[in-house]
Amino acid sequence: MDIIHLLANGFLIAFEPLNLGLVIFGAGVGLFIGAMPGLGSVNGVAILLPLTFLVPPTSAVIFLGAIYYGAMYGGAISSIMLGIPGASTAVATTFDGRPMAMQGKADHALIAAAVASFVGGTISIILFTAFAPPLAETALAFGPPEEFALMLLAFATFVGLGGDDIPKTFFSIFVGLVLSAVGFDVVSGEPRLVFFDISGFSHGINFLVLAIGIYGIGEMLWTIDVSRGSVNMSKATVSVARTMEALKRIMKSWKTMVMGSFLGYFVGILPAAGATPGSLMAYGIAKSMAKDGKSFGKGNIDGVLAPESANNAASTGSMLPMLTLGIPGSPTTAILLGGMVMWGLEPGPLLFVNHTEFVWGLIASLYAANFFAVIINILFIPAFIAVLKLPFTILAPIIFGLCVVGGYVPTQDMHDVWLMLIFGIVGYLMRKLDYPLAPAVLAIVLGPIAERSMRQSLLGSHGDVMTFFDRPISGVIMVAAIILILMPLRKHLPFGRKKAAI
Amino acid sequence: MRLAELIMALVMAVFSAYLMWKSAELPIGWIRDAGPGGGAFPFWLATGMLICCAAILYNWVRRRSPPSQSEDVFMDRESVQLVGVVAVALTLMIGAIHFIGVYFSLPIFMAFYMRFLGRHSWRLVSGFLILTPIVTFLFFEIALQKTLPKGFTEPLFYPLYDFFM
Repeated sequence: MDIIHLLANGFLIAFEPLNLGLVIFGAGVGLFIGAMPGLGSVNGVAILLPLTFLVPPTSAVIFLGAIYYGAMYGGAISSIMLGIPGASTAVATTFDGRPMAMQGKADHALIAAAVASFVGGTISIILFTAFAPPLAETALAFGPPEEFALMLLAFATFVGLGGDDIPKTFFSIFVGLVLSAVGFDVVSGEPRLVFFDISGFSHGINFLVLAIGIYGIGEMLWTIDVSRGSVNMSKATVSVARTMEALKRIMKSWKTMVMGSFLGYFVGILPAAGATPGSLMAYGIAKSMAKDGKSFGKGNIDGVLAPESANNAASTGSMLPMLTLGIPGSPTTAILLGGMVMWGLEPGPLLFVNHTEFVWGLIASLYAANFFAVIINILFIPAFIAVLKLPFTILAPIIFGLCVVGGYVPTQDMHDVWLMLIFGIVGYLMRKLDYPLAPAVLAIVLGPIAERSMRQSLLGSHGDVMTFFDRPISGVIMVAAIILILMPLRKHLPFGRKKAAI
Repeated sequence: MRLAELIMALVMAVFSAYLMWKSAELPIGWIRDAGPGGGAFPFWLATGMLICCAAILYNWVRRRSPPSQSEDVFMDRESVQLVGVVAVALTLMIGAIHFIGVYFSLPIFMAFYMRFLGRHSWRLVSGFLILTPIVTFLFFEIALQKTLPKGFTEPLFYPLYDFFM
C-alpha cells in the first residue's frame, strides 16, 4: 500500500495550482503541436524546453510530460482530417481514419482517437505505477558495469530492431557519442576535441543544440520540402447525438483498445521501437483479430482505436526506463532526460530515493495530463480543426525564431546557435538520404554517462574487460546487447545465406 | 540521389578522419591498470564512423541501399529554391544578430518570411513586426532573466533596463 500512499502525495504535488495549470496548458499546447502536420511530441519538447527555465524543475518536467501526452492525442487530428500524419506516431491512424473522414464520419474517427488515446494512456500509467518502483529498486543494486551494459543494450536495440540501413544507424550512434565527448575528458579533466581552438567547444556540445537543430530547424526544412502542394481537408459535423452514437460503437471495441494499450506499453519501453512501430503492430494485430479483417483500410473504427491506444501507451512505456534506469525509451524522453540532467536531477534509480516528490509528482501529473487531454480534445474538436487551416508560412517563422532564441538561452553563446543551424541543415540533408537521426540524439544524451560508467568500471577492475561479463546482471544484458548487434549480420553469414536460398 | 549519397559518405568519411586525428591529441591507447586513455572513447568511435562510411560506400558500389539505387534527383529545382531561400534567410538572420541584435534581426526575418514567402497582408506582418520584440523581451529578459544579444543596439535598451530592474 506504499505505492498508493506515494501516489497520493504525488497528486498533492500535481494539484498545486502552478503544476495543475501547467498540466492543462501543456496538454493544450501538446494537442496543438501534435495536430500540426509534421510536428510531433519530440519537436514540441525540443523547441519548448528552453522556455521552461521559468519554473522549477519539477514543474518544468510536468509541463513537458503534458506536452508529450497532448501531442500524442493531437497527432490523430491531422491524420484524420488531412490524411497526413500529424507525427510519425500517427501514421497507422491514417489507414482507417482518413477513409472514415471521407465517408462523412470524421467526428466518429476523432472521438474514437480521443477515447482510445485515453484508454491507452490510463492502462499504461497504471502499468507504469505498478512496474516502476520494483524496477527502480532492482536497479539500485546496479553499478557502473550494469549501467554501461544497459547503454549498450539501448543502442543495440536500434541496430537489431530499428530496421533502417545498418551502417547508417551505427554511424548515427557514433556521431552522437563523439559529439558528446567534445569539451573535456571526464577522468583527467584535459580539454578534448576543441575544434580549431574555438572556445565555444570547450563547454561541450549541449544536447539541446543537436536536438533543436534536428527536430526544430531540420524538421521545418523537411516539412517545407515535402509539404508543398495543396491538401484536402475533410468536413466534420459535430453534435451531442452523434458523439453518443460514436461512444456506443467505441465501447463495443474495448478489446481492441486493451490489446493496443498493453502492446504499445511494452513496445514503448524499447528505445528503438516506441510509438510508431507499436501503433503499426497494434493495427496489424487488430486486423488479424477482427472477423471482418477485409474492412480494414476502408474506414473500420477498430483501425483507429488500435493504433491510437498503442501510441499513447507507448509514450508512457518509454518513460519507464527513463525514470527507473536513466535510459530513455524514445527520442522525446531522451530530450526530457537531457533536461533533467541540466536541472541537476540525476536520472536513474536513485531518483526514486532522493527525489521521491519529483518522481511521484510527475507520475500523478501524467494521470492528470491524460484526463485533461481527453477533455480538451473532445470539447475543442472544432478549434483543433481550425488549427489545421493555419498557414504554414506564419507558423514556420515563429518556430524558427523560437529555435534560434531557444538555442541561445541555455549557454548564452552565439556559437551554439551557429552549431544548431549547421546540425539542422546537415541533419535535413542526411534525413533525405535515409540516415536515421534519433540514435544520434539518444547518443549525445547518453554519451557522457556511457563513457563515465565504462571508464569507472575499468578503473574499478584495473582494466579488466571481463568485469562487464562477470557480474550476473551486467553479463546477461551484455550478451543480449551483443546478440542484438549481431542480428543484422545473420544474413551475411554463409549459414544464414544458405537458409535464405532455400 | 546516387551522387548525393556518394558525396555525403565521402564528406562524412573525411569528417571521421578529422575527428580521429583530433582525438589522438589525448592518449588513445590502453593505460595499464586504468583502462582506456582520455582520447580513446572518441578516437575509437570516430574509427567506427569511418568504418560505417566505408560500409555505406560499399553498399553504394553494390547498389544495395535505396538512395544508391535511386536515379531521382536529390533535390529538384523547386526544393532547392524553397529550402535554399529559407536556409539562406536563416543564416543571414543569425549572422545579423551579431550586429543588430535579436530584437531587430528576428522581426525582419519573420516579416520577410510572412510577406515574401507567405504573401500575407502587411497588416498581419506589421503586427508581428511590433509584437515579436515586445513578447521576446518580456519573456526572456524580464521573466527568464536571460540577456539576449543586442549588438550595437544595446544602448537603446538602457531605459528599459532602468524601468524593469
